Amino acid sequence: MSPLKGTPAQQKHLAKRHAASRRFRWYGIAGLGIALSTLLLLLATMTFKGYTAFFQARIQLTIPFEKPLLDPDGNLSQDSLGRGDYRAVLKNALNHAFPEVNNRNDKLKLNKLLSDGAPSQLQTLLKDHPEWLSTSQEIWLSASDDVDMWVKGVVPRDLPEQARHISDKQAQWLASLEENGRLQLRFNSPFFLNGDSRNPEMAGILGAIKGSVLTLLITFLVSFPLGVATAVYLEEFVVKGRWSDFVEVNINNLAAVPSIVFGLLGLALYLNLLHLPRSAPLVGGLTLAMMTLPTLVIATRASLKSVPEAIRDGARALGASPLQVVLHHVLPLAAPGMLTGTIISMARALGETAPLLMIGMVAFIMDIPGSVTDPATVLPVQIFLWADSPERAFLEKTAGATLVLLIFLITMNALAVYIRNRVERRW
Amino acid sequence: MHAAWIILAILVITGFLLGNHKAAVLARSGKLHSRPRYHGVFIALWSLFPGLMVVTLFALFASWTIDTMILKDLHGTVDQTNAMEQSVLLNKVKLVAENKMTLNEDMGITMETVLRMQTLNRSADTLVTALVMGAGLLGFGYSWNRIHREFRARQEVEKMVRILLVAASSVSLFITLGIVLSLIFETLRFFASVPVTDFLFGLQWSPQTAIRADQVGGTGSFGAIPLFAGTLMITGISILVAAPVGLFCAIYLSEFASPQVRRWIKPALEILAGIPTVVYGLFAALAVAPAIANLGKLTGLDVASESALAAGLVMGIMIIPFVSSLSDDVINAVPQAIRDGSLAMGATQAETIRQVVLPAALPGIVGALLLAISRAVGETMIVVMAAGLAANLTANPLQAMTTVTVQIVTLLVGDQEFDSPKTLAAFALGLTLFCITLILNIIALGVVRRYHEQQ
Repeated sequence: MSPLKGTPAQQKHLAKRHAASRRFRWYGIAGLGIALSTLLLLLATMTFKGYTAFFQARIQLTIPFEKPLLDPDGNLSQDSLGRGDYRAVLKNALNHAFPEVNNRNDKLKLNKLLSDGAPSQLQTLLKDHPEWLSTSQEIWLSASDDVDMWVKGVVPRDLPEQARHISDKQAQWLASLEENGRLQLRFNSPFFLNGDSRNPEMAGILGAIKGSVLTLLITFLVSFPLGVATAVYLEEFVVKGRWSDFVEVNINNLAAVPSIVFGLLGLALYLNLLHLPRSAPLVGGLTLAMMTLPTLVIATRASLKSVPEAIRDGARALGASPLQVVLHHVLPLAAPGMLTGTIISMARALGETAPLLMIGMVAFIMDIPGSVTDPATVLPVQIFLWADSPERAFLEKTAGATLVLLIFLITMNALAVYIRNRVERRW
Repeated sequence: MHAAWIILAILVITGFLLGNHKAAVLARSGKLHSRPRYHGVFIALWSLFPGLMVVTLFALFASWTIDTMILKDLHGTVDQTNAMEQSVLLNKVKLVAENKMTLNEDMGITMETVLRMQTLNRSADTLVTALVMGAGLLGFGYSWNRIHREFRARQEVEKMVRILLVAASSVSLFITLGIVLSLIFETLRFFASVPVTDFLFGLQWSPQTAIRADQVGGTGSFGAIPLFAGTLMITGISILVAAPVGLFCAIYLSEFASPQVRRWIKPALEILAGIPTVVYGLFAALAVAPAIANLGKLTGLDVASESALAAGLVMGIMIIPFVSSLSDDVINAVPQAIRDGSLAMGATQAETIRQVVLPAALPGIVGALLLAISRAVGETMIVVMAAGLAANLTANPLQAMTTVTVQIVTLLVGDQEFDSPKTLAAFALGLTLFCITLILNIIALGVVRRYHEQQ
């Protein structure tokens, strides 16, 4: 027996200790596994439930654009076209497509196949193409949400008739349409071009996206200059002492204050005290700016800290004043790092929901906001609102909007990582 | 308002150009103290600040002043004590005045008021434009006269910039002050109608108060203990998930993983940290809660559809990256010499970690966990979407429980009557939340800071 290997009892003990060590390593892998598999599960859930929101059941009809019905004034003006009876035209088209349906009740059911928004879709089309008047065109129109869910197979088709929204007769009509290639799943343009709506098939995220953009714009315009100025002051100018400690502790604590508390402050300060407009991106942006400021300051300070002291010394040696040192040398060198920090803070602000609920950005808003004082909602709040809706069809919209939000966030974060890896300088 | 901004921009640009030019001309007859550019900036800043101050003050207070004047006009038609009715009427006047709504008779407002609103808005616009112009020109004139050859323009500009920086850095103090003042102010008003002891120690939470005095029932009871219990339960569950998983992630990443693995895993965990909480909430409501309910059905347990367990689990997932990245930093800060010493004595890697590295990093890890708890306590969207609204006082995680943040949201979303105990209660809850998280943060940041100083 070689003296290095020890007695059998020692060897056994050693093997046990090594096994324990390996087990310990596996615990770590298991922890990472749990975290990453949940991430995958979450992304997969959203993708599977959400990707169908990008497609929509559409029905192709031969629409006779009858001049007397659609152009009551007969002068092709937008105003006259706006007062046309598109509902009647749709009825005619459906009658034409299903001549065998004469019963009043059945006709009503036939009408229900199309979305409530179909007449306004026709109107928009005709306003863009006034030359179609007095002709017949093949037009793809949005089907109702029930049809949409039916075609996508969200509702099991073998359910008893009473338990589903599509009756046997309607199912038959849909089957005949599908056979003729007149019922298809097509790209869901309303989802990207409309504001919110009570009709799931007409509801879109453009209003929310625009609200998010306006809100983020305000957040950026307020928090970026303030954040950079604060960071520059604390990092480059302040004499370390009680005041700077106080400000620093305050900022660190502010960064850990729950976001909903900022919402309460926004409500008390901007709405109740200053009477700024409710539900407006202006107030939302100001509220998020207060929340973003501390994280922005911390990120900016880190990037200022990474600029080596030798650069400052060099500038000073050449006679630069403190401000010139900062403006001409430190800030340009720290800029990529500051940019990364800013993008990440903005991404956080983009995903924030709770404080915006406090200042009334949860209202149902159909219009697409045009300015920062118009009532608006933002993408995460839209997700929250749709998640609360009872209609089955809103479920896929919720997940679809979530996918869009995640794509925005991942793009922003990827950009930040790219800047960090490529542009940022290591000293 | 737009005109004021344009005038301000014009003043600043011409101020810079004229100052620059005047200094350049002076420079021809002898050496200047500062370069012409600084003279330009000096004048530009002096033209900017007075006007900017006017515009900001105006933006903040104009609508408030106009609102008060219009309300005085509506004096006869509106009940002075009913703030809700006041704001509804005011909104109607605003919409009509901006031509976003047409006036009709049953709106309770008259054309006269609308016209007055329009006149007030117009005169406010004229006033602010005139004031900005006046203030800007005054600043311009003052600074213009100070420019001469020996004028220390650079020093002056730097002094102004320094003042600006101090002002910017004090904004964060004002935010804290604003939070504290607004929360305390509204909470005191709440405690005027509901005793403090009832709020802090009451076991019954049902904030539905009667809206009209003659309605029966619902004086509202504001005992917050069920909310604290729910918050504690959900936070507890989330820490039970996040602490072991997050710690093991951190240990693996800092002690075992190769640099390549780290390079891929860390961004993945960052993605987990970057997912908005509303998405986690949706995930909890869409996937986790039904799964747990089904599991309960299979095993014969009675699981509520919005169980505290589902919310807690998902919240735990949310704070895993938080725990792991903070602990990772802390473990990395343990000096390599300690590890080498332990390994040299023949300890295995696991023994080194368990008996040497972790004890050394313990204060930092405790700090990280405290920060994670504070994050979980203040988290809103997951619990709003996945935990219940009913305030149950129970120790069963399979039941629905509600939290402080959920109640803040439900009290303040939707139609609110200002000044009712119901809305004020939200501020009392907010103050409680703020205090709890503040204490946790101060302890945690202190611990982490001392730990880093020690290393």
